[in-house]
Amino acid sequence: MRLRGLVRPYVVTGGRAHASRNTLDAVTVVIATREQVAGLSPEKKRLMELCRGGALSVAEIAAHLSLPISVTKVLLSDLVDSGHIATHAAVSHAARPDMKLLKDVLDGLRARL
Amino acid sequence: MASVLASDGVYLRDTVRTAVKLLVVGPFAIGKTTFVGTLSEIRPLRTEETMTEAGALVDDLAGVNGKSTTTVALDFGRLTLTDELVLYLFGAPGQKRFTQIWKDIAFGALGALVLADTRRLEQSFEVMGLLEELGIPYAVAVNAFDGAPAFPGAEVRDALDLLPETPLVFCDARDVTSSTQALITLVEYLSTRNQENA
Repeated sequence: MRLRGLVRPYVVTGGRAHASRNTLDAVTVVIATREQVAGLSPEKKRLMELCRGGALSVAEIAAHLSLPISVTKVLLSDLVDSGHIATHAAVSHAARPDMKLLKDVLDGLRARL
Repeated sequence: MASVLASDGVYLRDTVRTAVKLLVVGPFAIGKTTFVGTLSEIRPLRTEETMTEAGALVDDLAGVNGKSTTTVALDFGRLTLTDELVLYLFGAPGQKRFTQIWKDIAFGALGALVLADTRRLEQSFEVMGLLEELGIPYAVAVNAFDGAPAFPGAEVRDALDLLPETPLVFCDARDVTSSTQALITLVEYLSTRNQENA
């Protein structure tokens, strides 16, 4: 494992808000935003190769790469910082989900019957 | 690898913007993986988390200072509900000793479906207690096992000591319609609850 500074530099990438691993949830949707993978570690290259095919959640990336979700989050967090990937935040973790969201989920499930 | 996966429909639609998750929980061999597999549009996936747990009755010699490392497997599946919305179902183990993993996976979950078996209802208590502690709303689905006795809903409610508002459904985790209906009951409850608390 490479050495890190005590304070993790949070980098603003491509107009996005601050990225830190705390923003990554198992169902955060991840998209590759950069083709170039030179200089990345082998695990990160594997991850980028997978993500270049299309959007996937953090949990799916972990499963396809046979990595624990916790490790995957650390790798992804670095890749967000370096501008290789972008994320669509998972649903907000507010105390209550909004009615519109629950209605959409309900309608979506009913439509499958 | 990526191209192989793409042809498999493994990736999400480009239009997906929101992902939500529901937990499918219950004791060992209650049908969590079957339930997830029945509803998932992708081959259910598995990830493994390693955690350190306070070791009470563990016979693992690697344990240090009363702690031991355990691997917990999480099975999950995916349902694309609309062009923009995708639902993930996570099967999570029902044991309290996995609390650390629980907190991670339950974070942000809309709610949980607790699976129960009429032959061993008491085994679902632990997970119900855990959900209550974490403040995750849930509905209970009695999974129809071949040979398991069928009891009237009222008796099952009594045995599980359910609150009057907690939904109870009977389902067959192998059946798509029945399993979808169980999820609908859960989400209807979440909506009602949400409205009342608004």
